[in-house]
Amino acid sequence: MELILFIITALVALVSAFMVITRRTPIASVLYLVLTFFCLAVLYVMLGAQFIAAMQIVVYAGAIMVLFLFVLMLLSQRGAQTWEVAGPMRKWLGFAAAGGVLLVAATALQSVGVSDTVLDPEIGTVSSVGSALFRRFLLPFEVASVLLLGAIIGVVAMVKRKPYPSETEEGVEHGS
Amino acid sequence: MIDWVILAASAVKMLIMIAIVMGIAIILTWVERKQSAVMQDRIGANRADILGLRIIGLFQPFADAIKMITKEDFIPPFSNKFLHTLAPVITFFAVLVVFAVIPLGPPLEIAGRTISMQIADINIGLLFILAFGGLAVYGVVLAGWSSNNKYTLLAAVRGSAQMISYEVCLGLSLIGAIMIYGTLDMTDMVLQQSGYWFGWIPRWGIIMQPLGALLFLPAAIAENKRVPFDLPECESEILGYHMEYSGLRAGMFMFAEFIEIIFIAALFTVIFLGGWQIPYLYWDGFHWPWGGMWYLPFWFVKTLEFLALFGKIAFMIYFMILVRWTLPRFRYDQLMRLGWKYLLPLGVLNLAVTGVVLVIIGRI
Repeated sequence: MELILFIITALVALVSAFMVITRRTPIASVLYLVLTFFCLAVLYVMLGAQFIAAMQIVVYAGAIMVLFLFVLMLLSQRGAQTWEVAGPMRKWLGFAAAGGVLLVAATALQSVGVSDTVLDPEIGTVSSVGSALFRRFLLPFEVASVLLLGAIIGVVAMVKRKPYPSETEEGVEHGS
Repeated sequence: MIDWVILAASAVKMLIMIAIVMGIAIILTWVERKQSAVMQDRIGANRADILGLRIIGLFQPFADAIKMITKEDFIPPFSNKFLHTLAPVITFFAVLVVFAVIPLGPPLEIAGRTISMQIADINIGLLFILAFGGLAVYGVVLAGWSSNNKYTLLAAVRGSAQMISYEVCLGLSLIGAIMIYGTLDMTDMVLQQSGYWFGWIPRWGIIMQPLGALLFLPAAIAENKRVPFDLPECESEILGYHMEYSGLRAGMFMFAEFIEIIFIAALFTVIFLGGWQIPYLYWDGFHWPWGGMWYLPFWFVKTLEFLALFGKIAFMIYFMILVRWTLPRFRYDQLMRLGWKYLLPLGVLNLAVTGVVLVIIGRI
């Protein structure tokens, strides 16, 4: 039962991930990426990591992909805009980068080793993630939030730039 | 090994839940029209009849359904047909799937088993709601974009900006309640709301988290895109994201809105109004705080609890319909100011005060 579910989910995840990089329209790519994230969430649930699965949907499939979609729709209303065809140089660079990532992932997995050990079912629940985050990894967690705060302040500072002198002389109004 | 009893119980619960939700939503289309008529000094829908039988217009939903099904279902040319079809389905799915974690009553003990009145008794109940509730944005965005119309696209942009803004407030208003209950499980939340302060004030969420409850309602209504937050829809004036939909597809958007009303009412009841709890009612009857008892049979207590849950949900639904026909619509800048400058800071304040109080009491 669980094996069948795993095979179906993994297949859908792989196929939709493949579609992400082969579709011509960016919006189709984004929607296939959302589907991939959903399949990943299902896989997390099957591993017992319910909290991670919920976060996968809330943060990635929910918040981030909606912003992606938002930007793409404003850029290409007719959906006719396609990815620009990359030159041979960029194509090979892309292959090299993907190969590098695969190599890193493979070596990382090699060092862990594939084992049959059953995961602790408590590992992905809200309380275990919470206590790990707020006790053992409190400092990195807080540092990450300060980093995000810095990014927000940076964006606001960039948007609220002072108008150029020429613009103020001509009396051009600057919105907030 | 699959537990067939649990599986069968889940299937039965799903059928019952869908029947109840759809039934209430069908009646709600009529209630909304009738309530608007009452508040505008009209008579309202009362003409639909079957063989001369009118019963104050209760057949109106059937007439509406027949009209909607037989209307021409037009897909605008040059639109993305697949996404145009998918958008109402996503909207409908997002509002219906979250009912899976709403407990419809107290857990029952049948034949030595405890049967939870929740379809999916998972320990991340509230997170599940926030996760799948957030998917409703896709319905709006895809509907507006796939119609190949600049007005629907603009409405979709308005709508998604509104829904993302108020989702933050919605989450913040619930975190205070989560901190107090210390759980995300919906049945557990209701059970935590038993007990009394000073022996007579019921410890419901709305009494422990008044600000949270106050922030939750506007944020939830804004998520549902109803008046006074109906900027993305407003069918008649500035054009909504579902303008290019007709027939049953447009009906699905409308119906999803009514289902979400029920959902918000149910969520508010479970988190803030004590779910199925009735003050001073224990398993064997009423224990009055001024002493004395009123014994009741067990089955009668359970029935009362079910009725209490549905009564509270009905009250909240009626409240939201009253709001719908009372308030005028916000302007877009007012909407954003309310969301980001008033509701969000108040939510953070609520969070801080709740945290400090919990530390003082010593619960953390």
